[in-house]
Amino acid sequence: MKPGPGTYRVGGKVYASQLGLLSPRPPFVQVVPLSGRYVPKAGDQVVGTVTDVQSTFWLLDIGAPRWAPLHMTGTPWKVDVGETERFLRVGDAVVVRVENLDATGRIGVTMLGDELGKLEGGTIVRISPARVPRLVGRGGSMIATITQHTHAEVAIGQNGRVWIGGDGEAIRRVRDVLRMIEENGPRPGLTDRVERFLLATTPTGEGAPAAPPGPRPTGEATDDEGPDGDDGPGAMDEE
Amino acid sequence: MGSVGAKEVPVLLDAEGRRIDGRRLDELRPLTIRAGPLRQADGSAFVEWGQNKVMAAVYGPREVHPRHLQQSTKAVIQCRYNMAAFSVDERKRPGLDRRSQEISKVIAEAFESVVFAEEFPRTSIDVYIEVLQANAGTRCAGLVAGSVALADAGIPMVDLLPAVAVGKVGGAIALDLKKEEDNFGEADLPMALVPQSGRLVLLQMEGHMTEPELAQALELGVGGCRTIYEKMKAALRDRYSVAPVAAEAS
Repeated sequence: MKPGPGTYRVGGKVYASQLGLLSPRPPFVQVVPLSGRYVPKAGDQVVGTVTDVQSTFWLLDIGAPRWAPLHMTGTPWKVDVGETERFLRVGDAVVVRVENLDATGRIGVTMLGDELGKLEGGTIVRISPARVPRLVGRGGSMIATITQHTHAEVAIGQNGRVWIGGDGEAIRRVRDVLRMIEENGPRPGLTDRVERFLLATTPTGEGAPAAPPGPRPTGEATDDEGPDGDDGPGAMDEE
Repeated sequence: MGSVGAKEVPVLLDAEGRRIDGRRLDELRPLTIRAGPLRQADGSAFVEWGQNKVMAAVYGPREVHPRHLQQSTKAVIQCRYNMAAFSVDERKRPGLDRRSQEISKVIAEAFESVVFAEEFPRTSIDVYIEVLQANAGTRCAGLVAGSVALADAGIPMVDLLPAVAVGKVGGAIALDLKKEEDNFGEADLPMALVPQSGRLVLLQMEGHMTEPELAQALELGVGGCRTIYEKMKAALRDRYSVAPVAAEAS
């Protein structure tokens, strides 16, 4: 077996270099990380905040190891040199797409494209990047359920930053759901549980029982999980 | 030592070979490790080891501050070891002192030798170690906590870094000294082991030992590190394992 991502080889043996799940992909062995910062991938849509403003570009914190420069030509606006601050200031939230990565770790992002741009108002919640597929759900089912029940606007970044817009109540409810997904990610039946939770806490629902986002008893629905869902000890091979 | 100290020297080793707290020479103090107690940090760990309590938090890889420390080919590893003012009986004056600077440096260098820093050029990996309660062996507890926190943060590295101090008390080589043994013993030898390669990446000594005693101490320490290593792995497994769904029914 050859050493794949998350592993290294010494003296003919392959060891894990990261905390994660063992995943053989012949002829490679790899370790799929369970934690860690967002690893940028070209094409990813991400949510970021402006951390610095220069005369021709902004630096964005997208949760990656490094800040990502957004050049003024990568925006839908007509920006003059030195006028960048009129469009985005430190602390502003944006949705951008990762365009290119180079060997030194520089991350190029663009704001040109559908569903990209500046985010007005709202709030940003962080979840683990590993949980993002769970939040989106199969074919977008999970996120559709959430927005349908809360009437919040939600922008999900592959980097685990989730922007929520809407009134305070909507934001609070989405935040509760995100917490629930973060805590119950690797278990089956999550979409159903989230839906029940949202129904139970609908403000117009009779009495709106204060059901906590905690565990609720019921049989499992068929909300997939994927092959890496199981994780007994032993599945994990630390370092 | 003045006469006051000499008068108060406790019996460190009794006739049956038991130590001041009843341990055998090759016994560790009780050790519990919890991975991931801090939500905000990229990785964290809390270690209770005898009467030591140490919290570690890891941030990064992230932008380097201050900028001039940045390295174009690899991540810099910065470590801050600090003892809380209330961590010892007599109030510890807060802030950096020569001792904590030294410990920060040797711990950072130990981590540098296992982390694959080349994977993250121009970034910083910051390890914060806060000693909340101290009872000898805090640099080792800090290394253990910091190392579990690094793994919890998903940082790629050669291996976890178990660490323990071996010393000489009452003329005998003993594993994992506690405070009285450290204060009144003849020698103290903290070490950190890379289990995968068998290399030591931290080794310091205070006091005196003969060459055969040093060899014996190293062997004892490496064995202790291997025991601690298993507990470190167990803590991480525990943090990332999922309780069976059936357990949820109320």
